[in-house]
Amino acid sequence: MTERIVIVGGGTGGTVLANRLADRLEPELDSDDVEIVLVNDGDEQFYKPAYLYVPFGKKDVSEATKPLADLLPRDVEFWNARVTEVDTDAEQVVLDNHRGLAYDHLVLATGANLVPEEVPGLVEGGHHFYGPEGAEALRDELAEFREGHLVLSVIGVPHMCPAAPVEFVLMVDDWLRKRGRREDVELTYTYPIQRAHGLQSVADWVAPIFEERGINLETFFNVESVDPDSRVLHTMEGKEMDYDLLVGIPPHDGSDLVREAGLGEDGWVEVDGTTLEAEHAEDVYAVGDIADVPTSKAGSVAHYEAGTVADRIASRVRGQTPTATYDGKTVCFIETGMDEATFVDFEYGSEPTMRDPSKPIHWAKLGYNESYWLTARGLI
Amino acid sequence: MSESISPDVVVDSRGATCPGPLMDLIGKIKKVDPDTVIELQTSDNGSRSDVPEWIDEAGHEMLDVVEHDDYWSLYVKTTT
Repeated sequence: MTERIVIVGGGTGGTVLANRLADRLEPELDSDDVEIVLVNDGDEQFYKPAYLYVPFGKKDVSEATKPLADLLPRDVEFWNARVTEVDTDAEQVVLDNHRGLAYDHLVLATGANLVPEEVPGLVEGGHHFYGPEGAEALRDELAEFREGHLVLSVIGVPHMCPAAPVEFVLMVDDWLRKRGRREDVELTYTYPIQRAHGLQSVADWVAPIFEERGINLETFFNVESVDPDSRVLHTMEGKEMDYDLLVGIPPHDGSDLVREAGLGEDGWVEVDGTTLEAEHAEDVYAVGDIADVPTSKAGSVAHYEAGTVADRIASRVRGQTPTATYDGKTVCFIETGMDEATFVDFEYGSEPTMRDPSKPIHWAKLGYNESYWLTARGLI
Repeated sequence: MSESISPDVVVDSRGATCPGPLMDLIGKIKKVDPDTVIELQTSDNGSRSDVPEWIDEAGHEMLDVVEHDDYWSLYVKTTT
C-alpha cells in the first residue's frame, strides 16, 4: 500500500520540505511505495523578505513571486486547494471541495497571517511592508513624504522576520538622508518590551546606532489603538504619540485550522522544538512560522526545520528510528542602511555575536535574495 | 500565598529566548479580560525583573513569583 505524505502550505518550509523528501525518498517514489502531495491555497509562492525593499523602490512585488509548479519536483503532486479541516483522529485533511485527503504523515507549513484588524484604527491609519499591497502603498506614501514624524511601531508580537523593523528604520534614515529630507523628518522606533529588540545582543547593538543617527527609541510601548483621524497612537501603558506617517508591524496569527484541530490553542502548532513533531497528535509535524518554537519566525528557520522533518519522515517510511533534530539554527541578515548590512546566527538558548556592518554583507544579502528560489527548490 | 493562586490562563514560555517571555505575556494580556489571573512560566532569569517592571508601567498587578527547580512562575492579574 502506498504511504502518503501530505504537506499543507507552499511557502519556504513547504517547498524545501517537498524537494528534500523527493530527494531522500526517490526509490520509494519510483516504486510507488510513497506519494507526496503538497496542498496550497493558490498556485504561487511569495518571497516575503523582498517586500522590505519595495517601499524604497528597490524591488518590485512581481520579483517576489514564482509559480509553485516551477519550485516543485515532478514526483510531488501539487493540489491547488484550501484545507478547511485537519482531522488528526481520522488522519485526513478536508479540502474546500469537501473532499477528504488521507495522510500517513502530515506536515503543516501554513505560515503566519497578518491580522491588523485586531488593533482598532490600524488598518485605516497605518502602513506596513509585510505584504505586497502594503509594501506598494507604503512606497507611494514614502515617495511623497517630505516632512513630519515617521513612526515605526512594532505592534504585533510575535511577528515574521524580527530583524525587519530595525532594518526598515535604519534604511529609511539613510534613504531620507540621501534625498536631503532627513532634517525635516523626525524618526521614532517603538518596541513592546524594555529594549529595542527581543534579542538582548541586537538591542544592545542597535541602541547606540539609533542615538548616533538621531532616531528616537521608545520602549515598553504596546499600541492598543490608532486614531487615524487625529493621527495618534494609544498604548496599553497609557501613553500617546502623534504621527504623520505610521509604519505599524501588524499583529500576526497562526490558523483556526490549528485551533480547531486541537493542535495549539493560540493558533500555532505546539511542537517538540527539536523534532518538530506535534505535541497533541501522532504523525503530524509543523515547519516554518506556524510551528511554535522558541526562535524567530524567519525563512532560515523554516528552511532548517524542513530539512530535519524530511529526514525524520524518511526514516519513519523506511522503518528506521529517526535521529535528525533541529537545534534552533537561525540566520538573519540585517540591513543597516541602503548599502551596508550585517548578519546574525544563533541556536536555541544562545545569543548572536554582532558583527560590524559592511558593504559585502549587503551585497551578500541582495545576492541571496536573487538565489532564494534555489533554496525553495531544495538546492541550496 | 502562591499555593492558593489558581490561574485562569497559563503561558508556558520556558525555553524562550526570542521574542521572550515578556512578549508572550503582553500578547496574552491583549487577548484576555480584566481581572484575569495569568501564570507566566519562564526559565529566563531576566523575566523576574522585566515582567514586574512592565506590569508596573502598564498598571496591572503582580501577585507573586514562585521559584521551581528549573523555571519560575510569575502570577499576574490584569486590571484593564
